[in-house]
Amino acid sequence: MKKLQRLDLVGLGLLLATALTWAVGESGWLRSAGSASATLILVLALVKGAGIALDFMELREAPQLWRWFVLGWLVAVVGLIAAVRVLAGG
Amino acid sequence: MATARAAQQHGRLPFPKMNPPSSLPAASPAPELRGDLAMWLLIGIEMLTFGLMFVVFAVARTREPAVFAAGQAVLDLSAGALNTAVLLAGSWAVARGVHALRAGHTRGGAAGLAGGALCGLFFLGSKALEYAGLPGGEQDLSENTFFLLYFMLTGFHVMHVLAALLMLATLAWLARDGRWSRGDAHAPETVAAFWHMVDLMWIVLFPLVYVLR
Repeated sequence: MKKLQRLDLVGLGLLLATALTWAVGESGWLRSAGSASATLILVLALVKGAGIALDFMELREAPQLWRWFVLGWLVAVVGLIAAVRVLAGG
Repeated sequence: MATARAAQQHGRLPFPKMNPPSSLPAASPAPELRGDLAMWLLIGIEMLTFGLMFVVFAVARTREPAVFAAGQAVLDLSAGALNTAVLLAGSWAVARGVHALRAGHTRGGAAGLAGGALCGLFFLGSKALEYAGLPGGEQDLSENTFFLLYFMLTGFHVMHVLAALLMLATLAWLARDGRWSRGDAHAPETVAAFWHMVDLMWIVLFPLVYVLR
């Protein structure tokens, strides 16, 4: 039962994070705040991805190799997207 | 056994008295990868492929910012956010379904898998509307880098959603007879891992293509 409650909370958190991403994108803050809002959006993507990996894919209880492969992929890809933006002056 | 019985008859125990098992510290369960290893290897390959495409998209945007800004302006951010919510709801339903099957609840398990398939179907319908609603004639794939990468990325993702939804629908149908409610949910766990990977890819695709300008 405890496990199920955790899944529900993770699902709710993911939906709220999506709503926040949408609100930031629609508000125009993205253009005015520049890198601050872009950082927030990428951090939200990281948090959402980690939630899916650890709880929905059940990698929290999986061998470390797989847990760190998926989380490492997430950090590497989001980090590279951020780095490309920074290097381009965005 | 005979030694223990003989010792009992002589009023003494053959072994030192031990605490009951309930007082022992609970051993943590051994790490377990849910689903088939072959599927996880496929997931790894797909993640690396998607990852490469994401980085290519990000780099291409820095080279042609005006083309990407014009292309992104055509996309419906709200529809993208709704699609994200639908995929997340599907992932939640599938995760609940797998847990239900493990606990021996056939109906809850089948409903969770079917719920995930329905979310996938909704996503595909929404994507079809999005493609149909794009202004005609303006997205010549050979000339517009944004739309070339947009269709490659989202189209590749759509193919994965379609595959996952077909597998989920099949498993939801088969699960009704309780075959995975008797302690072995290996097949649903395998398909669930694939579905969650598809969801995970969209979690990076959505901000990259629809939100970040």
